[in-house]
Amino acid sequence: MTSIPMPEEGELATKPALDETNYLKAGYGLKSWLLTQDHKRIAIMYMIGIGIAFLLGGLFALAVRLELWTPTKTIVEAETYNKLFTLHGAIMTFLVLVPSIPAIIGNFVLPMMLGAKDVAFPKLNLLSFYLWLLGAIGFVVVLFAGDLDTGWTFYAPYSIRTQTAVALAATGAFILGFSSILTGLNFMVTIHKMRAKGMGWFRMPLLLWGLYATSVIQIVATPVIGITVGMLFLEKLFHIGFFDPNLGGDPVLFEHFFWFYSHPVVYVMILPAMGVISEIITAMSRRHIFGYRFIAFSSIAIALFGFLVWGHHMFVSGQSSLMSTIFSLLTFSVSIPSAIKVFNWLATMYKGSISLAPPMLYAMGFLFLFGIGGLTGLFLGTLSTDVHLHDTYFIVAHFHYTMMGSALIGLIGGLFFYWPKIFGKMYSNLLGTISFVLVFLGFNLTFIPQFLMGSMGMPRRYYNYPPEFQAYHQWSTVGSFVLALGLFTALWCFLHSLFWGEKAPDNPWGAVTLDWKTSSPPHHHNFDVVPPVTDPYDMDDVYWDEESKSFISRSQQAALEELAANASGTQEKNS
Amino acid sequence: MPERASSYASEVDWAFNFVYWLSVFFFALIVILTVVFAIKYRRRPGVEPDNSITHNTKLEVFWSVVPLGLVVVIFWIGFSGFVDMRTFPKDAMVVKVHAKMWSWTFEYPNGVESTVLHVPLGKKVKLRMDSEDVLHSFWVPAFRVKQDVVPGRYTYLWFEAIKTGTFPVLCTEYCGAGHSNMLTTVEVQEPAAFEAWLEEEGSGKNLSPVERGKKVFNLKGCAGCHTTSKDKKKLVGPPLYGVFGHDVPLLNGKKVLADENYLRESILDPNAKIVKGFTSPSLMSVIPLKDKELDALIEYLKSLKD
Repeated sequence: MTSIPMPEEGELATKPALDETNYLKAGYGLKSWLLTQDHKRIAIMYMIGIGIAFLLGGLFALAVRLELWTPTKTIVEAETYNKLFTLHGAIMTFLVLVPSIPAIIGNFVLPMMLGAKDVAFPKLNLLSFYLWLLGAIGFVVVLFAGDLDTGWTFYAPYSIRTQTAVALAATGAFILGFSSILTGLNFMVTIHKMRAKGMGWFRMPLLLWGLYATSVIQIVATPVIGITVGMLFLEKLFHIGFFDPNLGGDPVLFEHFFWFYSHPVVYVMILPAMGVISEIITAMSRRHIFGYRFIAFSSIAIALFGFLVWGHHMFVSGQSSLMSTIFSLLTFSVSIPSAIKVFNWLATMYKGSISLAPPMLYAMGFLFLFGIGGLTGLFLGTLSTDVHLHDTYFIVAHFHYTMMGSALIGLIGGLFFYWPKIFGKMYSNLLGTISFVLVFLGFNLTFIPQFLMGSMGMPRRYYNYPPEFQAYHQWSTVGSFVLALGLFTALWCFLHSLFWGEKAPDNPWGAVTLDWKTSSPPHHHNFDVVPPVTDPYDMDDVYWDEESKSFISRSQQAALEELAANASGTQEKNS
Repeated sequence: MPERASSYASEVDWAFNFVYWLSVFFFALIVILTVVFAIKYRRRPGVEPDNSITHNTKLEVFWSVVPLGLVVVIFWIGFSGFVDMRTFPKDAMVVKVHAKMWSWTFEYPNGVESTVLHVPLGKKVKLRMDSEDVLHSFWVPAFRVKQDVVPGRYTYLWFEAIKTGTFPVLCTEYCGAGHSNMLTTVEVQEPAAFEAWLEEEGSGKNLSPVERGKKVFNLKGCAGCHTTSKDKKKLVGPPLYGVFGHDVPLLNGKKVLADENYLRESILDPNAKIVKGFTSPSLMSVIPLKDKELDALIEYLKSLKD
């Protein structure tokens, strides 16, 4: 900005002054948000957009659970029920889980963690957001105009034959793919090129390793789903035979293409969540991370192995037994880096000074839920047991434990962790704790009965079901409403803080990473002076300052004092 | 887990229990450590964290290698069970399975067709499965077997039943509005009883037109979408009890008398007249019928009354 036009006398009263030291006040009006290139504001727009999509997907989930209250019709017909679970799955996957942590938390903290002003390509970042919005609008149009009843997996040849709006939904998914690719590209370039002086790869916070690994997957895997839905689109509209045997295609080919993307993409959801958990556990335990390199490399290992295991979705699909065997073996390789992370997080808590504020509660909840989600994966990677459990409620429960119980709990925990930084407000610990208790109990009540009935013979995507499963379904439905109540409590806790929350200190948790070494909320340009880079988990760098109710960084203080001394030194020389 | 009624069910259950107890152990370890640490090292004034340990390569290698060893064992257990499922015996009786939206039909070596799968106890049975429309999946929880049925190719599975009785068969690959009605049962009989049943079905005994029509109705999968019982329960398509001889309200607001020609037209061209309360175009596919089958079917529909 070269010159700021002086406001007229009359304007002063109505227009608040621009404040470069607070990005929330560095511009006013709708335009300053919609056309912003500030990564922090884009993060907040994503937060609102993804929040609305999450609400919508959640309402569909509740409708599904209500319908399953009785073994036959409860509230809607079978056709409507099929559309409800399809929209729930499609919205939650494509609009919520895939972008969630990278787009909200990643966008906000990634440049600050690097000590940078912004991401490498701010305009591209804004374009990513609008592509997401366009894709989201596509799904909303599907909702009102055409409906969709294929399940989120779009399996051919059903998706070719159904009368519903598959082509439109495919277009939406295609556009969303570009949003994802561009975000990944942006993050990857930013991490390569914009690390502050002194920040080697092994001085990066672990969240950045998680986001980097995520970016690799987004860039490599997403084009494949783009091509796949593109082929589906062509087949649907022009009857070119790729997947429908009536047109000379092969339905199993679709499954391969689909899972080649959709399996790695579950790591797009979980890796950033694991990164967030690493940040929360270290800061809240006031402990240096245990085994930095093992955790960092395990992120990369998960990203790479994640590309080699898609066939485990297809053990009974008709693929050859040899392929199933190879995929089973490779699948188990992914469990090792996950196990390493869990043990290292536990070791990080050892001899710490653990605060049980909401972010830590959510992080501990993550350990519990991811424990179940990860361990139940063993049953599904095992060939002989997967044959029985495939496409039952067991698998529904399993992926909800990993996707919702882990990835989304990671997001919510991350929001509780970064909220003071993002908005400069502290929330009520009591409300946050209540929300955690409700979410945790509701979640387990929803999905533990699903494990039980799945193993006993309850297939997924069933509108009518054998009456002996009714009690399990009812527990699950009750649980889903408790879960919803918990999530609304969290929402209320956040909104409450915006209006009535106390002002947040710059560093309430005692984190050492650079994003906490600026004001809360941060400057428009993130930092006045980029703080010196230290070991991101060197807890001796920060100490509690009773006066400012904040943790203060020794290295940053020393650097600022030196700067001031130099400045006065030059002044003296000049005079 | 459901009751065990096939030769390899116990092997699958053994693998399941092995993984289960292993998981319980590790889960308990994680939860106990989390809770103990959270209590023991909770934040207290004046107590500083001990930051002297930042890593321990030996320990980390230990908890990488131990899980690695365990998962290799798990893989091996699952693999050996899978090999048994996928090694097809040469002497098995082959039953052809035809899947379509939304019904199962079983065809035996002597040409007999049925909608319930009958198998002899203690004999190896191999299923050769095909689908005429979309993906389906054949699952017998009591047998611990499942295999997708893929249009455009044959898929196979085999089992040996070790217990007589009736066990559920379910479709586990989502296939549209009637997916959750795509159910039948498998009837495990003593070999002698099975042979007797097969012979009786194959003997071509004289059936009345109504009985013949009922058989066609079931074998062609009509029951997947239409009920014939007095309660007139609605599935994907209109219930058929008491339709003949009465006025039927249509989607276009008109009414039509359900006579023989109306029934004939609706079977051959489902889109000609759509019943009120159902979607247009009709979800029903055109089912090829011989004249004699069509005739019997209409007789059967006519019989659905008090």
